[in-house]
Amino acid sequence: MATVLSLADVDRIATLARLELTGDERARFAAQLSAILAYADQVQQVDTSGAAPDEGAGGSRMRDDEPAPSLDRERVLSQAPAADRAAGLFKVPRVLGS
Amino acid sequence: MSVPERASDIRAAVATKAISAVEVCRAALDRIARIDPPLHAFLHVDADGALARAAEIDRAPAADAPLLGVPVALKDNICTAGVRTTAGSRVLEHYTPPYSAAVVERLERAGAVIVGKTNCDEFAMGSSTEHSAFGPTRNPWAPDRTPGGSSGGSAVAVAAGMVPLALGSDTGGSIRQPAALCGVLGLKPTYGRVSRYGLIAFGSSLDQIGPFARSARDLAALFGVIAGHDPRDSTSATAAVPDYAAALTGDVRGLTIGVPRDLLSEGVEPGVRAAFDASLDALREAGAVLRDVALPHAPLAIPVYYLVANAEASSNLARYDGVRYGTRAESSTLHDVYYHSRARFGAEVKRRIMIGTFVLSAGYYDAYYLKAHQVRALIRRDYDEAFTHVDVVALPTSPTGAFRLGERTDDPLQMYLADVFTVSANLAGLPAISIPCGVTDGGLPVGLQLTAKPFDEATLLKGAEALERRQPMRRPDAGRP
Repeated sequence: MATVLSLADVDRIATLARLELTGDERARFAAQLSAILAYADQVQQVDTSGAAPDEGAGGSRMRDDEPAPSLDRERVLSQAPAADRAAGLFKVPRVLGS
Repeated sequence: MSVPERASDIRAAVATKAISAVEVCRAALDRIARIDPPLHAFLHVDADGALARAAEIDRAPAADAPLLGVPVALKDNICTAGVRTTAGSRVLEHYTPPYSAAVVERLERAGAVIVGKTNCDEFAMGSSTEHSAFGPTRNPWAPDRTPGGSSGGSAVAVAAGMVPLALGSDTGGSIRQPAALCGVLGLKPTYGRVSRYGLIAFGSSLDQIGPFARSARDLAALFGVIAGHDPRDSTSATAAVPDYAAALTGDVRGLTIGVPRDLLSEGVEPGVRAAFDASLDALREAGAVLRDVALPHAPLAIPVYYLVANAEASSNLARYDGVRYGTRAESSTLHDVYYHSRARFGAEVKRRIMIGTFVLSAGYYDAYYLKAHQVRALIRRDYDEAFTHVDVVALPTSPTGAFRLGERTDDPLQMYLADVFTVSANLAGLPAISIPCGVTDGGLPVGLQLTAKPFDEATLLKGAEALERRQPMRRPDAGRP
C-alpha cells in the first residue's frame, strides 16, 4: 500500500485529531507524513502468520475496584483554565443552544 | 571539606556530618548558575525548595537513607507537586501538578534533594532536545552539537557535573541515546520495573523512567531507589527488587555477550565502530565470551516503533484540550477551544499526533497498527531466542556521535534513525543500558549498549562496572570541577 497523503487527507486527519494546522504546516505535513508512511510500509511485507498482535505488548494487571481517596478537588481545579471552584466544576463555552 | 563528585561519597559525607546537605546543595546550585546558561540543561531550578529540603535533612538525617543529601535533577515530564512541570511544551507552560510522581516520593524518602527540572523534547518526542518549546540544550563536549534526546537536559546536567544523578524517561531510546552522546551512563529498566505514576504519558506500552549517573555504583544506587511495585501503575511489576550494588563485583568471567553483526554492516560511523569493538575486546580480556547472534526482525524496529508509539501518543495527547489543565485559547465555542488550544503543540508533536491518528483511523488500522503489533511480537521473539544462547546483546547505543544543532530538524525520518539501535528494547520490554566506551576521532563520546532479559538489570550494571574498571570514564572540559 503506497500511501500518498493529499491536502484533503491531511485536513481530514487534522479534524479527527482536533488539530489546527497553519497553511504552511498542511503542505509540509502532506509531504512529510507521506514519506514517513512510505517508510513504515515495509512492515506490510513481513510474514506475520502465527504472530499474535498482543504478544509484544506489556501486560496489565487487574485489581479490585475499591473506593479510595483521590486528589483534592480544590488543587485539581486550581490548574483548570476556567473553573467554578465553589460548585466544583470545570467551565467551557456553551455547548447546547445559543 | 569540598563536595565529593560521587553520590555514594556525598551520602557518606552527609551521613557522618563531614559536610552538610545544605553545603552540598549550595555547591550544586552555584555550579548550575555558573555553567548552565550556555548549555540550558535546566528549565527550572528550584533553589528555595532544594535548600529547604537540604536544611530539613541536616536537622534530622536518616543515616541509612541511600541518597542522603544527594542532589538529583528530574526530566520535566516527571510531575512534582507545587513545582512547575512543562514536558517541554507551551501547552503546559504554566502547569503546576497537584501531586508528585511515584519516583519523586521514592527519592524524597531516600533523602535525595531535587534541585530542578531538565529540558527535553516536547512530550519526550525527539532525539535531540531541539523540539523543546523552550529552546535546545547544548552538548557539553561540543556546544554546536545536540546532547541527543529526548532526555537531553538530564544527560547534560550529569555530564557537566551539575548533579551526580538525574532521572529521564525512555520510550524509544530517550535515556540511552543522550547518555551515549554526552558520555554518561543511562539505564532503561524493564517495562514495569519503575512506576510511571506521575510520568506525563507518551507511549504507554513503551515508556519507562530510568537513571543517569557518572558511575555504575551511583547508577545502581539511584535505580535501587526508584525500582519497585506501585499499585497506582497497572503495569507495575511485583517482582522483588534485588540489591543491585551486590552485582558490582567486576567479575564478568563467563558472561556471554551476543553481537548481532548483521546490524553493524552499514550506517555505523567508523569511530563509533572502533570504540564499540575496543570495549568488547576489553570485556573479553576480562573473561566475557563473545558470540554472534541474529536478530532478523530488528531492521523493522524503527517503522514498527513509529507506528506503535505515535498511535499511543495520539491517544494520550487527546487529553490536552484546554479544559482541565494546560493553556486554553479562549473561543466562543467548545469546538474552537479544542482546535485553537491544540494549535500550541510544536510541529513534531503535531506530526506524531497526525501519524498516530491516521494509523488508528478506519480503513488503516489493520494494515498499520495491527500489523505493527504483529511485527513487534516477532522482534520480541528474536530476543527470546537470542537469550537462550547469551546473557546480554551488545550494540552501539547510537550509530553516530552527537550531531550538529539543526542538522536533522527538517528531516524527521533522519532524526528517527538516531534510535535505530535503541527502540527494540522498548518494543520488547527489555532492560538496556548505555555505557560510555570511548570517543570518536572528533572527540565525541560513544556509548556501548547492553540489553538483557526482563528484570536482569543486575547483569547490565555488572557489565557497566566491569568496563568502567578497565576504561576510566572521560569528562568533557565543561564537566571538570
